[in-house]
Amino acid sequence: MTAPAAPANPGMVTLTIEGREVVVPPGTNLIEAAKTAGVLVPHYCYHPSLPVAGVCRMCLVEVEKFPKLAPACATSVGEGQVVHVHSEKAREARKGVLEFLLINHPLDCPICDQAGECELQDYTFAEGRKDSRYMEPKRFNPMEDFGGDVLYVPNRCILCTRCVRFMDVVAQDPVLNVSERGDRAYIGKFEGSDLTHEWASNVVDLCPVGALLSKDFLNKARAWELDRAASICPSCSQGCNVTLELRDNVVVRIRPRPNMAVNQHFACETGRLNYRWINRRDRLEYPQVRTADGLVTASWSDAIAKAAALLTGTSRVTVLASPSLSNETLFLLGRLATQLGATTVTTVPRGHQAPLPGVPDLSLRAERAANHTGAALFGFVDIESPLASLGPDDILILADAAGLVATLPAGSTIIVIGTVLDDAMRELADVALPICNFAEEEGTFTNLRGRVQRFLQAKAPPAQVRPSYRVAGDLATAMGGGAFPALASDVFGVLAAHVPAFAGLSYRNLGLQGRPTAAPAEVTV
Amino acid sequence: MGYPHPSHPRETPVLSKYFGDAAARTLTGWQARGGYETLREALATDPVEVQNVVKDSGLRGRGGAGFPTGVKWSFMKPDGKTHYLCINADESEPGTFKDRELMRWTPHQLVEGTAIAAHAIYAETAYIYIRGEYTEPIARVSEAVREAYAAGILGANAMGSGKRVDVHVHKGAGAYICGEETALMNSLEGRRGNPRIKPPFPAVAGLFAKPTTINNVETVCAATHVLRNGAEWYKSLSNPANPKSTGTKLFSVCGNVARPGNYEVGMGFSMKEFLWDLCGGPPAGRTFKAIIPGGSSVPILTPEECEGAVMDYEGIQAAGSLLGSGGVICFDDSQDMVRQIARLARFYAHESCAQCTQCREGTAWTTKILERIRDGQGTMKDLDTLLEIADNMTGKTICVLSDSCATPVVSGLKKFRHEFEARIPKNRSSVMIPAFSPAAA
Repeated sequence: MTAPAAPANPGMVTLTIEGREVVVPPGTNLIEAAKTAGVLVPHYCYHPSLPVAGVCRMCLVEVEKFPKLAPACATSVGEGQVVHVHSEKAREARKGVLEFLLINHPLDCPICDQAGECELQDYTFAEGRKDSRYMEPKRFNPMEDFGGDVLYVPNRCILCTRCVRFMDVVAQDPVLNVSERGDRAYIGKFEGSDLTHEWASNVVDLCPVGALLSKDFLNKARAWELDRAASICPSCSQGCNVTLELRDNVVVRIRPRPNMAVNQHFACETGRLNYRWINRRDRLEYPQVRTADGLVTASWSDAIAKAAALLTGTSRVTVLASPSLSNETLFLLGRLATQLGATTVTTVPRGHQAPLPGVPDLSLRAERAANHTGAALFGFVDIESPLASLGPDDILILADAAGLVATLPAGSTIIVIGTVLDDAMRELADVALPICNFAEEEGTFTNLRGRVQRFLQAKAPPAQVRPSYRVAGDLATAMGGGAFPALASDVFGVLAAHVPAFAGLSYRNLGLQGRPTAAPAEVTV
Repeated sequence: MGYPHPSHPRETPVLSKYFGDAAARTLTGWQARGGYETLREALATDPVEVQNVVKDSGLRGRGGAGFPTGVKWSFMKPDGKTHYLCINADESEPGTFKDRELMRWTPHQLVEGTAIAAHAIYAETAYIYIRGEYTEPIARVSEAVREAYAAGILGANAMGSGKRVDVHVHKGAGAYICGEETALMNSLEGRRGNPRIKPPFPAVAGLFAKPTTINNVETVCAATHVLRNGAEWYKSLSNPANPKSTGTKLFSVCGNVARPGNYEVGMGFSMKEFLWDLCGGPPAGRTFKAIIPGGSSVPILTPEECEGAVMDYEGIQAAGSLLGSGGVICFDDSQDMVRQIARLARFYAHESCAQCTQCREGTAWTTKILERIRDGQGTMKDLDTLLEIADNMTGKTICVLSDSCATPVVSGLKKFRHEFEARIPKNRSSVMIPAFSPAAA
């Protein structure tokens, strides 16, 4: 045996995959190494956030000088290896696996929720046989309710065990198992337990086929009818990266979007299912001003002018803003408050915590607001009863704060900036300015670890509704605070230039994975 | 002695010397037959020296794979880590029952071999994993372990050597796959008996993630005799023309044969003489049709292929099969090979652990097609499909259960194709319903 040659790149492993040279750290598996070369090795059981199982045998690749095909998920890179993903031998092996997976798989794609985003469908289309040689009766097991939001359709299951490994290793709540052996095997639930873990719904996303389904999404839409936008989950301060999925301007599903620094590939049940409010139809659609006839619709310019007129004077002003408004909006509300010498307060709703044990620093947070860290950076003080000290002659600006306080003081002048106007508020508001909800505008949130993350516009706003940062900016301008840009990205530019924590950040360098603020909030785990 | 038959004069009874000798089962009986003297000497010898003697003897693993035992032991270094020894007494390969008799008649032979092997790999703890159906062997070995502890042969100060040797008997729950070494370790750990993906190999991270050696019952029993009588003696028991297969081997013979049972012969024994002289040939009035020489997982041989073969690792491989675990399954001319092969496939389909796609689906599909052919519903196309499925099942999975199911199908179709064809209705090309044609309607 000759001594191994010195590595071409010290400290790294250099190999060739599909004719492309890749340089990766030692210990990387062939699937991940191939990704860096832009090569997808078809696979089912492998998942970057789960331990390797090596059971689906779909990722078999040809490695020169290896006696047998190697599972790319369980084979570490070697210096000088030459790997063929699409050689005839490897393709034939995968074709064989696909045939085996399909013999007992019901071809019920037309009624399957997974169709269109199904890896079995995709790889069969790409590499599978065009005909079936299977003439025997198919295996049958009835559908089962796994509890929580999860339905199990065993006939579609390919036994990749991603769900079992997720519950065992990541959720650390071992509810699922592989029951029985041979082709009678199915995913079973341990006696007396259900998939009720706060993070259990991730098994639906992890399932590469239509075997684990969300009851909430069941039969709602076909995957190819959905519009998708990168977003940030607004349900707590963790800042999980998510994708909002819409059909015909209606959000029908929230799914996690990978971000290894925040939520890996996961999202919790609370976040996923908290989307119906985004689709509310009883919105505040036009600016309203109070006249002798009560609250009447006005033009935007008249409404802003009316608000400015109310704010001009010597009255004390309090701005109560939602801790779920974007950095951009809170920044401009802060500028408005500075202009008015106003008090800036917020109140953070709280709930139970639910960590995901297998991922460090990932939890459904007690602070049920997407941007309370941002609110604090812009000077909004978190107070449990923010309006306790409000006097009868004071002016109150409520920025998306309906529902944050139980009762409003009668007699105050109230300017509402909001998405809805309920009956009580309709009696009290002097000016009501309709704004977009987070899905209807662009912006950024700062999560509890100080990471600034962008969310994109996912749906069109109704009627004359305007982005919240624009309404805040227009008010500040009307009060003599100078002109502000009309685009969220430009507002963020102004913000970054003025607030030291955001120095150096821009929409361009935040990308879709976000970045920490210059002075990250203190980390307490 | 010999059991159930007296030993044939041409046998070389070393491990099986006391089969049928009930007195050898007890500690006093075993000691009266020279038992535990080898262990006493081994415990006073450096493990590397023990490894070297076994290496020199050419002893290879008797569980089926035939890996050189001394080399396997030498993977275990005195690295200060906890080491484990597992004795594979699951003996799940159909047609194999040699370990059963070793444990029934000479449980102390196993305990002694286990203790020696533990010492040789720097392990203080050994587990003997016995299949659950082996109720009598479990009772015998458990009693032998109890006696050995009581006599100070096992324990914190084994035979006064100052070394600790603990032996635990573990009862399997009855799964073929638990005879696969990594599945056996999972089963021992209390997990589902699924084979593990390698690497890491057991010598690096095995039982409880510690360096582990797994040996077959017959292997460690043989190692005791190697140490007692020396490597040269062991090599002298087998055909000197083939130094790669040494010593004696126990063969379990079953099926359509005049004298079924266990036979111990030197490696390199003529298979023709073995089948016809020792085992008495086929039952009266019958002829052999097929022989599976090494347990159900190895290719089927025809009697013609057996006639010129010699019974060692290389000899049986040259004849087109494998020595495997030494389970010789005989079929006479009254047997229907389609039915037999379908039955074998059904066994593998039942026992597949369900991890790998090819095995989980392939074993069951193979069974369904074979049973359809058996029942007269097959087509000629099915035969090609069977071979293609077998090809897709071979060499692509974590363990070799999938390959084991494909092997009898491929060799059976090659050697007994006429029997399959005879089961297929004439002129039948397809059982599928023809496509509906509006023109014809």
